[in-house]
Amino acid sequence: MGEIPIMRIRDCLLVTIQVDMHDRMAMALQEDLAEKIVATRARGVMIDISALEIVDSFIGRMLNNIAAISRVLDAVTVVVGMQPAVAITLVELGLTLSGVRTALDVDRGLAVVRREIDRGVDDLARRED
Amino acid sequence: MLVEKTDTVPVRSSEDIVRVRQIVRKWAIEAGFSLVDQTKIVTAASEIARNTVDYGGGGTLLLESVREGVRRGLRLVFEDRGPGIADLKLAMTDGYTSGTGLGLGLSGAKRLCNEFKVESAPGQGTKVMLARWR
Repeated sequence: MGEIPIMRIRDCLLVTIQVDMHDRMAMALQEDLAEKIVATRARGVMIDISALEIVDSFIGRMLNNIAAISRVLDAVTVVVGMQPAVAITLVELGLTLSGVRTALDVDRGLAVVRREIDRGVDDLARRED
Repeated sequence: MLVEKTDTVPVRSSEDIVRVRQIVRKWAIEAGFSLVDQTKIVTAASEIARNTVDYGGGGTLLLESVREGVRRGLRLVFEDRGPGIADLKLAMTDGYTSGTGLGLGLSGAKRLCNEFKVESAPGQGTKVMLARWR
């Protein structure tokens, strides 16, 4: 079972999902990220899904979970790089990813993280749900 | 309707769900689907394959590459011998789940296809047919 590497950029963690994840891999990623957020005292988590050809409800739930876990660990999650066909399909599937911030690429994702940290994570928590 | 090609693949594990996505993608490309149409049918297949594994205790996928006049399409039939679905109407409701998911599998997959049919009864397993035309 392959692992998904987690990189650190200053106080942010960057996860680039490059493989078609099977379900246990997705569960393992949630746990690894939670541990890394605490170990590195990260304030932001960026999940680059530009290589993902689909996001189904299982992956969608994983992204929501990661955002929720990060939030209680005082970090902001931004999903970056979603392909247009994936976005169209997600909406038709009925998955809104309402608890997850998104950005078009990693640069913009970093900007979102900075902004959210400046604004205070409390504010983000209130907007959830 | 003319069936041009068929194949049957197992749907028993999380790894099989990944393989289902890959084979459906391959066949959708061969049938000349646009990228958005490919993404829709692959996503729908992924949802139903997961149901087959999680709720049906595993089963099979029958793939068919079909043609009707000038239209080309893909038909997917997922079949399991699991406990079946007692209340199909409830199972098709957005947000309803008997497990731990988001409850979008059946209803969401239906929205992503042109044709969708579920046959199931308690103790009789479940058969889900979905089709998408180019």
